[in-house]
Amino acid sequence: MTEVANLSVAIVGSGGAGALTAGNLLIEAASAAGWQGLLTRTVGPQIRGGEAAALLRLANHPIECLADRLDLMIGIDWLNAQRFGAELDTGPHSLVIGDPQGGDPPPSVAKSGARVVQIPMKEMAKGIPDGRPNMIALGVAGKLLGVGENFLSAFIEKRLAGKGPAAIEASKAGIRAGFRAAAGIDLGMRLSAPKPNGAKRWLTSGNEAVGLGAIRGGIRFAAAYPITPATEILEWLAPALARTGGVLLQAEDELAAINMIIGASFGGTPSLTATSGPGLSLMIEALGLATASEIPLVVIDVMRGGPSTGIPTKSEQADLNIAVYGLHGDAPHLVLAPQSVADCLFTTQWAAYLAESLQAPTIVLSDQFVGQSLVAIERPADVAFIGQRLRASEVNGVYKRYALAAGGVSPMAIPGTPGGQYTADGLTHNERGTPTSGATDHQAQLDKRARKLNEFVYGDHWATIEGAGDLALVTWGSLTGAAREGIARAAADGIEVALIAPRLLSPVQPERFAAALKGKKRVLIVEQSHGGQFHRYLRAHYDLPGEVRVLNRPGPLPIKAGEIHRAITEWRV
Amino acid sequence: MNLDVRPACKPGDYKSDVKPIWCPGCGDYHVLLSFTRAFAQLGVPPERIAVISGIGCSSRIPAYTNCYGFHGVHGRSLALAAGLKVTRPDLTVVVASGDGDGYSIGGNHFIHACRRNIDMTYVVMDNHIYGMTKGQPSPTTEPEFDTALSPGGTGLRPFHPLVVALASGANFIARCFSGDFNQTADILVEAIEHPGFSFVEILSPCVTFRPDEKEWKNMVHPAPVGPTDDPAKAARRIMTDDGFNLGVLYRGKRQPYRPEFGAQVSDPAELEKEFEL
Repeated sequence: MTEVANLSVAIVGSGGAGALTAGNLLIEAASAAGWQGLLTRTVGPQIRGGEAAALLRLANHPIECLADRLDLMIGIDWLNAQRFGAELDTGPHSLVIGDPQGGDPPPSVAKSGARVVQIPMKEMAKGIPDGRPNMIALGVAGKLLGVGENFLSAFIEKRLAGKGPAAIEASKAGIRAGFRAAAGIDLGMRLSAPKPNGAKRWLTSGNEAVGLGAIRGGIRFAAAYPITPATEILEWLAPALARTGGVLLQAEDELAAINMIIGASFGGTPSLTATSGPGLSLMIEALGLATASEIPLVVIDVMRGGPSTGIPTKSEQADLNIAVYGLHGDAPHLVLAPQSVADCLFTTQWAAYLAESLQAPTIVLSDQFVGQSLVAIERPADVAFIGQRLRASEVNGVYKRYALAAGGVSPMAIPGTPGGQYTADGLTHNERGTPTSGATDHQAQLDKRARKLNEFVYGDHWATIEGAGDLALVTWGSLTGAAREGIARAAADGIEVALIAPRLLSPVQPERFAAALKGKKRVLIVEQSHGGQFHRYLRAHYDLPGEVRVLNRPGPLPIKAGEIHRAITEWRV
Repeated sequence: MNLDVRPACKPGDYKSDVKPIWCPGCGDYHVLLSFTRAFAQLGVPPERIAVISGIGCSSRIPAYTNCYGFHGVHGRSLALAAGLKVTRPDLTVVVASGDGDGYSIGGNHFIHACRRNIDMTYVVMDNHIYGMTKGQPSPTTEPEFDTALSPGGTGLRPFHPLVVALASGANFIARCFSGDFNQTADILVEAIEHPGFSFVEILSPCVTFRPDEKEWKNMVHPAPVGPTDDPAKAARRIMTDDGFNLGVLYRGKRQPYRPEFGAQVSDPAELEKEFEL
């Protein structure tokens, strides 16, 4: 039997069948056993009764993207599973387990040549008091992946402790039945044993990691208007802020949310809101106000399929244009993008630090994939970024809020500071903040706002730059993980490819980007946008050497490592 | 509210050296005078007051005071002020708006600010017209009033801000006339001191685009009865008065919204425990 370093599994079912619960328990148990992994839930738009699938990947190394194809797919039932189409991609090596009462697997399964084995999960569950087919599916998955039965049962006992002994017994009996049913089934491969190294282990989603990063960065106020797929950030922050001396206020709409955080930040409290594309569109006018009045704040945009309502539950990278260029007037601000689920923690913390240091609005472009995926990882290292605003704590003489300071950042008086009174204004103003429509002040203040962002030293965090070779793969955000894996596979074929993924998208870093591209003869751009927004962004700001190719498509089908690998190997020179 | 009283607070201490852009004769000059008098009466030092506004003639007022100010985007002043007040309950927060900024583009925030009942005072300088854009009908413009944008009038029933405020949960409702700046200052003091969301509508004539409003000084009159704390009584009075009834009309008893801060402040490092297996 082949031993593999990572393995992919899907648990599929109609809404209410418990596929997502089984998936969650599986990654938690596998993580407790010492594996690392990633769980992506894919669901239809329905609140109840739609289709649902838990897509997991387990490994003995960090996992940052989905697998190309499923090694194992368990269908508790197949109702509406065809709606997932290519998201449930199987191949001739795949094992598909279904229930004879659960309908037929999607046509793609037969077409792919996958092996299909039936286990009567529904019938078996009937034989267990309070038994549920999803626990049998969990047992089947546990057996085939090599999670020990005793380990899984002990884990369930701990995990379901609050549900009472009957529920625990029913779940354990289901798992036991699943193990027995899968005993004679050969998956054809075995997942390498985990390599625990004593490091603390975390299970987190990108949205939760954003919340923690925000608080670590000093955020103590959030305004909230719910929107898929960003709501979990706000729900995580509500109690977390209360515990750390902060507060969350629910707004009547996104227009209010962004203005609330402007007000709170004006009052001296580092502030954040989280939204998705439609909400970001509503916040854009006020982001211009924050730019002009130099109010630090952080807006997290968890991107989903767009435009308009688009595909709220699925991922895309098509808010780059609005984030970078959406503001009217010349309005320099910051745009950052986390590169993995775990990186949501770092990037948000850095965003809070940069916003406060530069007194500028900062947009963080997360997406549904990193936001709602759950990863089992080793605890990330701590970083020291905590927002520090330059304050005018004592004012003598005439206070100039918008003084033309050398680096562009001028001391900010916080209400309550005697002598520091000024009116923050969206109107063009002079150094004191008094409105003016004169050319000199307009030019001077526009220069100041641009200067403070352009002259700041962002350090090596501005981008991920790895590897060598004359081909540079340039990507951003959540595709960084798939790109890294595609490059690793190419390396196994003997092809060297460099990876360049900017975490800082605005302000642009022409000199550093040019240095990263030095000596490159080919550039492969990878992005999840129909219109090639990232490609156009790169063309606008950077000189791309030699031949340029673009691998792009819209969501919701993520660009996989295998496609990136193919794009590299098929590019013959 | 803040009671950090300093002995030498005079109205002049609250006035900045910025020259207003308002037309000669604009009612808003008198509102500014009422603001500075009210602040002096309260004795709150200028650095502990924040005047927040949106866009329009009335919204220019923050820079004309010597307080902290925010002249934000059109219609969103109440939201900005809410974020400020919940994080800085020590400040006295006054929001200034007009009938376009407050009742049209900002209408939704008006409803929710009343409902939220945060301890702040909302002053709307109502002149029944968009002045800064040169004379278009606002939500309070009379249906037959002729403008270039609405030839022959809008034919629409005017918005009734006081009724909306009452129905939405405002905790204090008053109507003032800008020309009567002494009474306005007294009512502003009362509004600021009253806990929760206080709404003060100030009839403030636009002499340029509504010269007919010069007559308001002859039309306004004191409310025949004092304020009530009974919303049903207040609703009947407000809905049946002639729109020129001045004074405090409603004084509610709702508890203001106050978020609980740091009841159990813990180290942010504690938060990561929930990620651990």
